[in-house]
Amino acid sequence: MTPAAAVRDAAIAALVAFGLFAMLVGLRTDVSPTGGLFLRQRWADVALLCGIVFAGRLALTLWLGRRALRPSTGPTPLTLQLQRLGRFFAPAMLAAALVLPFIPGIGRYELDIGILVLTYVMLGWGLNIVVGLAGLLDLGYVAFYAIGAYSYALLAQYFGLSFWICLPLAGILAAFWGVILGFPVLRLRGDYLAIVTLAFGEIIRVVLINWASLTGGPNGISGIPRPTFFGLPFSMSGGEGSFAGFFGLEPSPSHRVIFLYYLIFFLALLTNWVTIRLRRQPLGRAWEALREDEIACRSLGINIRDTKLSAFAIGAMFGGFAGAFFATRQAFISPESFTFIESAIILAIVVLGGLGSQVGVAVAALVMIGGFEVFRNLEEWRMLVFGAAMVVIMVLRPRGLIGTRTPTIALKEKRIIGKDLVGEGRG
Amino acid sequence: MAYALQQLINGISLGMIYGLIAVGYTMVYGIIGMINFAHGDIFMISAFIALIAVILLSLGGLMDGPAAILLVLVISMAITALYGWTLERVAYRPLRGSFRLAPLISAIGMSIVLQNYVQVSQGARVKPLEPLVPGGIEVMRDGAFVVQFSYIQMLIIAVTLVVLAVFTILVTRTPLGRAMRACEQDRRMAALLGIDTDRTISLTFVIGASLAAVAGTMYLLRYGVIDFYIGFLAGVKAFTAAVLGGIGSLPGAVLGGLLIGLIETFWSAYFSVQYKDVAAFSILAITLIFLPTGLLGRQEVEKV
Amino acid sequence: MTAPDDRRPRSEGDRRHPRGMILEVAGLTMRFGGLTAVSAVSFAALRGEITAVIGPNGAGKTTLFNCITGFYRPSSGAIRLHRTGELPVDLHGLPGHRIAQAGVARTFQNIRLFPGMTALENLLVAQHNKLMAATGFGIGAVLGLSRYPKAERQAIELARHWLSATHLLDRADDPAGALPYGAQRRLEIARAMCTEPTLLCLDEPAAGLNPRESEELARLLQEIRAQGTSLLLIEHDMGVVMKISDRVVVLDHGKLIADATPAEVRADPKVIAAYLGEGEEDEVEA
Repeated sequence: MTPAAAVRDAAIAALVAFGLFAMLVGLRTDVSPTGGLFLRQRWADVALLCGIVFAGRLALTLWLGRRALRPSTGPTPLTLQLQRLGRFFAPAMLAAALVLPFIPGIGRYELDIGILVLTYVMLGWGLNIVVGLAGLLDLGYVAFYAIGAYSYALLAQYFGLSFWICLPLAGILAAFWGVILGFPVLRLRGDYLAIVTLAFGEIIRVVLINWASLTGGPNGISGIPRPTFFGLPFSMSGGEGSFAGFFGLEPSPSHRVIFLYYLIFFLALLTNWVTIRLRRQPLGRAWEALREDEIACRSLGINIRDTKLSAFAIGAMFGGFAGAFFATRQAFISPESFTFIESAIILAIVVLGGLGSQVGVAVAALVMIGGFEVFRNLEEWRMLVFGAAMVVIMVLRPRGLIGTRTPTIALKEKRIIGKDLVGEGRG
Repeated sequence: MAYALQQLINGISLGMIYGLIAVGYTMVYGIIGMINFAHGDIFMISAFIALIAVILLSLGGLMDGPAAILLVLVISMAITALYGWTLERVAYRPLRGSFRLAPLISAIGMSIVLQNYVQVSQGARVKPLEPLVPGGIEVMRDGAFVVQFSYIQMLIIAVTLVVLAVFTILVTRTPLGRAMRACEQDRRMAALLGIDTDRTISLTFVIGASLAAVAGTMYLLRYGVIDFYIGFLAGVKAFTAAVLGGIGSLPGAVLGGLLIGLIETFWSAYFSVQYKDVAAFSILAITLIFLPTGLLGRQEVEKV
Repeated sequence: MTAPDDRRPRSEGDRRHPRGMILEVAGLTMRFGGLTAVSAVSFAALRGEITAVIGPNGAGKTTLFNCITGFYRPSSGAIRLHRTGELPVDLHGLPGHRIAQAGVARTFQNIRLFPGMTALENLLVAQHNKLMAATGFGIGAVLGLSRYPKAERQAIELARHWLSATHLLDRADDPAGALPYGAQRRLEIARAMCTEPTLLCLDEPAAGLNPRESEELARLLQEIRAQGTSLLLIEHDMGVVMKISDRVVVLDHGKLIADATPAEVRADPKVIAAYLGEGEEDEVEA
């Protein structure tokens, strides 16, 4: 494109930007003390935005060419490098996560972020089973997270059960609900399945809000028991029966944080381990086959409904585990934590990481959730940047960060398969 | 009886709003096979533009009579259409023909962007607007209960019917409509036959966004309270309506919208307001179990 | 080979002696709305034989095939699978995956492999039910507490056998979607054979193959027959049909017009008329 044409192009873009921003940015509606509405004018902001659009568009067309915005599905130098490093990358990440609490300079705040990231890694891995392996688009995954959290909170509150008993129960209950939901709807295709799962997520949330006598309604449940170290509470008094007392340590509030960190680390690893094992088993292969071609699966005698249900239930189970962990970590839960946006973020982590790729999902969770926390000082702009990042990553890499599949078995050697061959599922 | 009649009037006027948004979902789905998740937020943006237009016109002393409302509607439609066009251009066109989930994630990202953009630029507080079209006619009286058919409800029904009529003519009788239907059937073949598919898809977004703008403006006039979050629930409901009617089917979208509006209204009136969303979603799930492609959707024949 | 008098089991009387039959189709009708794609078709495929279904385009061959393999539910009529030493199984009315479990495997006209999985993985998916049982339905396998490793070794051996029978052994670790067209066709047959079927149904296996590949295919099919699996195939390539089929069933406009040996069918004036009527005489060159 000639410079003159590029300038004209950028001018048009700026004009469009003016059309977009003139009213919504230029005129801010505010409620006056009397209750009426009045407008404040902010034309400088509009001019600034139009200028940014003009400059950005010009820079894009002149320096990078239009090629920059074409999505790439093939391996880029970056991913090839990542793959070469992959063998060391995953263990290195694992080792870093393992020693994180003992790295000097890692305080409570950093560990809290670590716990949050690991929670999303686990949720991403759980959803990865459903979306990445079985190819079923689930937009209501947060429902199982909520079921796990409320299961623990209610079982602890009403029956006084301990965390270690409730954890498996929460997973089982979530899996049970996964089956209940999945049974009627799994024969639906693609986007029909998506909307029904989304609706299910919303139904669960609405019920949690309105069934106030059981769930505490919008106020949620507080005072959920904190986890114990297999029976030893983390108390500050440091008595005989407490964690610090038992091991003869100085009582410290960081003990519990470190314990929670290792708890979620272990739960996430469990998810990963089960997924990796299942992928090499007939069940996992059937999931992937289902994603590739459902009709062919049927012709091979695979019971499609049961296979889909198993993926749904196992994915839901890990969501339930994560939920129980969330409840014990926060000691307080309310329906507000389980909105659609959570489902969307978990799904985004799976897709951005690369469907079916365990390492990709972990990296995506780290980048999205960690990044989100790092940009805390952006305040209200934070979500805006978060959404924009989702769009930009998708436009640049529609198949996610790691867009390849590793075979589960080989006669001679496992060669990595490019994503252009791998199906994405229709269910 | 009188009570039920009132609910019928309320349900139809609410259903019309859902129907208008649902048409946008279904059109985009029909033509490029993706869920335009940001469509609900386009609706929300249109309500804000209409609000600003109303305030601007009131400042000039012009906010008076049907002409002013028409002007607000036109302003909102025009600017929202520009948003629809930009949305497709920025977030979806680069992903055309790629992997199915990528545009969906991009759409969810855009939905987050639009919501927070309005939150940042217009503030998080709820914006109340004085009713612009007060009053109505008394349809019938049953003891102390008066069935009211408000002017704004009449306006909603009349405007929606006119807009849908124009839209139907546009889709069935014009070259643009033919191009849209051709793209829907087979985009590559349509391109080979000389149809500018990029332009057709852009126009689909423009039309969908303007219909959402009609809905947004009507919503503002009817309820008078908006905030940056109204797009999510309205969007989900409208999408539910589109799926209920059979996604890809335009009459189905309107029918689905009406049904969702009626279900919600009657459920709130006779059972409980809290669970009205649960009722709408449950009916969707039950319908899909028996009619997997919705009420008016084409039955998908499995080619083996 | 079965006795000649056993080869026309179409009447009520023959049904009482189904010793040589593997698949029995009786009065099969399939309607789509107002269109009758298959109308009252009856025939039988015999054990240890290759039965070909031919006919001009639109004769109803693929519809018939989809009814047999459970992808369509017939409007009326019966389809029965006769297995040695067991009661006959009614295939009509069974869901698709149960038909495959009963011992009917199929391939598809427009190849349906799992393109992102390797050839070997494709063949292991085909042995899903057997392997799944060996894993204790998933639970035992995760814990590593089962007879799964042995079952998997056997499954790999079976896969290796069919990979070498289809000349794909050196492509075992390549993704199925990256194989050339002819290799994909062969892999699909290998995958179907890994379900260890009693009846293998092939939908136009020679479509798109060059003459040399067609030759190889014919040899492969004869080999499969020799190993004890009966075959039913739809085919357009008359060279292949006439060379390997033991029996040819001819459909035209949804009706059965001939059921005889290849030589008889070639001379049948009704068959010739059916093809000539379509203006496709080159298809009967044989």
